[in-house]
Amino acid sequence: MTNLQTITSYSGSDDILLDVQNIKKYFPIKGGVLKRTIGHLKAVDDVSFTVKKGETLGIVGESGSGKSTLGRVILNLLDPTEGKIYFNGQEISQLKRKQVRPLRKDMQIVFQDPFASLNSKMSVAELVEEPLLVQTSLSKSQRKERAIEIIEKVGLRADDRLKYPHEFSGGQRQRISIARALIMNPQFVICDEPVSALDVSIQAQVLNLMKDLQDDLGLTYLFIAHDLGVVKHISDRVAVMYLGKIAEIAPKKELYENPLHPYTQGLLSSIPVIDKSKKQREKIKITGDLPSPANPPSGCVFRTRCPKAHDRCAVEQPLFTKKADGHYVACHLYT
Amino acid sequence: MQAIKKQSTNKRKHKSPFQLALRRFLKNKLAIGGIIILVIILLAAIFAPLLTEHDPTYGDLLKIEKPPSEEHILGTDSSGRDNFARLLYGARISLTVGFSAMLFTLIIGVITGAIAGYYGGKIDSIIMRLADLVLAIPFLVLALTIIAILQEVTVMIFVTVIAITTWPTLTRIVRGTFLSLREQEFVLGARAIGSSDFRVIFKHFIPNAIGPIIVNATLMMASMIIIESGLSFIGMGIPQPTPTWGNMISEAQNIRILKDHPEAWIPPGLGILITVLAINFIGDGLRDAFDPKSNRR
Repeated sequence: MTNLQTITSYSGSDDILLDVQNIKKYFPIKGGVLKRTIGHLKAVDDVSFTVKKGETLGIVGESGSGKSTLGRVILNLLDPTEGKIYFNGQEISQLKRKQVRPLRKDMQIVFQDPFASLNSKMSVAELVEEPLLVQTSLSKSQRKERAIEIIEKVGLRADDRLKYPHEFSGGQRQRISIARALIMNPQFVICDEPVSALDVSIQAQVLNLMKDLQDDLGLTYLFIAHDLGVVKHISDRVAVMYLGKIAEIAPKKELYENPLHPYTQGLLSSIPVIDKSKKQREKIKITGDLPSPANPPSGCVFRTRCPKAHDRCAVEQPLFTKKADGHYVACHLYT
Repeated sequence: MQAIKKQSTNKRKHKSPFQLALRRFLKNKLAIGGIIILVIILLAAIFAPLLTEHDPTYGDLLKIEKPPSEEHILGTDSSGRDNFARLLYGARISLTVGFSAMLFTLIIGVITGAIAGYYGGKIDSIIMRLADLVLAIPFLVLALTIIAILQEVTVMIFVTVIAITTWPTLTRIVRGTFLSLREQEFVLGARAIGSSDFRVIFKHFIPNAIGPIIVNATLMMASMIIIESGLSFIGMGIPQPTPTWGNMISEAQNIRILKDHPEAWIPPGLGILITVLAINFIGDGLRDAFDPKSNRR
C-alpha cells in the first residue's frame, strides 16, 4: 500500500484539482427469496490517482472495467463504498445531496450516447439553459444570451436553439451535450466516452472541438474511452484500467513508447499500423474474456489472460511500482 | 435561389415531439371519426332536456311497454318510462361513470406507479404486492362483494368501486415506464446538473411517460363503460330508476321484451357499442401518434 501513497504524495499542492484516494465501488448482488446480499460486484476496486489543473487524464479500459462507474462515483452520482475524493482540496465523497448541488457548477459530465443523454421532449434552448435555471438566478434574457454564446462556441448556429434533439445528427447532439456541460463554466469535465457512439469522421471534429474548448476555457478533463487511439489524441496522461483496478498510469508519451504492463502492451499492439515504414509492435495477443467482477481472480486480476503470468501472480496482488517519473505499473514483472 | 431556400427553412417553426404527435393524430381519419362521434354523443347527453320533454325516471303505469309512437319515439319500458328519454339521459350516466372512473383510476395509478418506479426499493415492493393482491382476486367477485357489502350504490360509490379494483393495471404501466426512464442517461444528466427530485419527476419523467399514460387512460375509459353496463345488466350496478344504458338493456332479460320490443334494448346496445368503438379508435390513434414506430405494417 505504501506505493499507492507515493502517487498521491503530491496531494495538497495547489495545482491538484482532483485527488481520488482508494476508491471502491461494490454493487451488492442480491439473491434468494429474501433478497439477501450474496456477493459483491467489484466495479471499481481500490483506485487512486490525481488530476492536475488544466490537464487531461485519459482512462482506458474494455467494457466492464469500471471506468464509467468510476466517473459516476467522482461526480457523486453514485456513492463510493470506500475511499475519499478531494476536489479543490475539499472532501466531496461524503457530502449530502444538498451539499453536492453547488459543486455541480464546477464538475460536469458529457455522456456516451448522444441519443439517450438528451431529453427528447425539450428544445435545445431548454436543454442548454437548464443548468443555469437550476443553479443560478439569472433572468430569462441573461440565460438566453449565455446560451447563444455557448451554442455558437460549440459550433452550432444561434437559431438552432429553437430546434429539438430529433432534428440533429449524433455529432451535433454531442455538441449540445457539450454546450450543456460547459454553460456554467465548470473547472472539471468528465467525458464518458463522448465519441464512441459517433462516426470516425465526426469523432475527430468533436475531439478537436473539445481540445479547443479546453485551451480556451482552461478546462480539466477526465477522458474515459475504450480506444487508445482516441485517448492518445487528447490526453496528457493515461491510466489503463482492468477489472476495476488501474494497471498502469503514465504520461502519454511514456505509455505509448514504453508500455510496461502486459495488458497495456496487448492493447497497444492491437492498434493497426498503417504506415509500413513504422515498425510494427511486437504482437501480444490477449485472449479470452474479461473475468466476472463479481468473482475476480486471486492475486493479479489480469493473470488469467496474461501471456507472462507466473506462479506469484496467482498468490499476491501486485502493488504499484514507480518505474519512471510519473510512470507507475502494477505488475509482478517489475517488482 | 439557395438563399431563398435557406431563409424559408429558417422560418419554419420547429415542432416539439408533442406537436408532432398532435399532427400525426389529426391525420388519423379513424381517430378523428371517433372524436366526431363521441362529441355528438356528448352533445346529445348534455342537451338531453332540449331533445325530449319526458322525465326519464317518471313511469306512467297506464302506458307500459307501448310500441313506438309520435309521443314516445322508442316506446316505453315495463315501468312506463320513455325509452328515448332514458337513452339520452343514460348516455349522461354512462359517460360520467366512464370518465370519472377513468380519472379516479388515473390519479391513483399515476401516483402509486410514479412512487414505485421512481423510488424503488421497499416502497416499490409494498405497492406492487398490494397491486398483485388486488389483481389476484377476479374483478367481478371483488366488485360484487364490495357492492353487496355497501348495499346502497350511488354513482360516486360505483366509480370508487371501479377505481379501487382497476388501478393496479395503470400502476404497473406507469411503474414500468418510470423504471425504464430511470436508467436513461438524460435522467442521470439532469441529476448531474443538480436538479431536485421534483424537477426530475415533472420535467423529465412525466413528459416522457405521458404518451403511454394518455393512451391507456383512454382505452381504460372504454372498458369502464362496459364494466358499468355489465354490472347494471346483472342488476348490481347503479340501481333503477336512474337511467343507464346497462339498466335499459337489463329489460331484455325478459324474453317477451327481447322478442317483441327490440326498440327498447337495441338503441342502448348500439349506444354502448358505438361509444366504446369511438373511444377505442381515439385510443389507437393516440397510440400511433405518440409511438409512431409501433403498429406500422
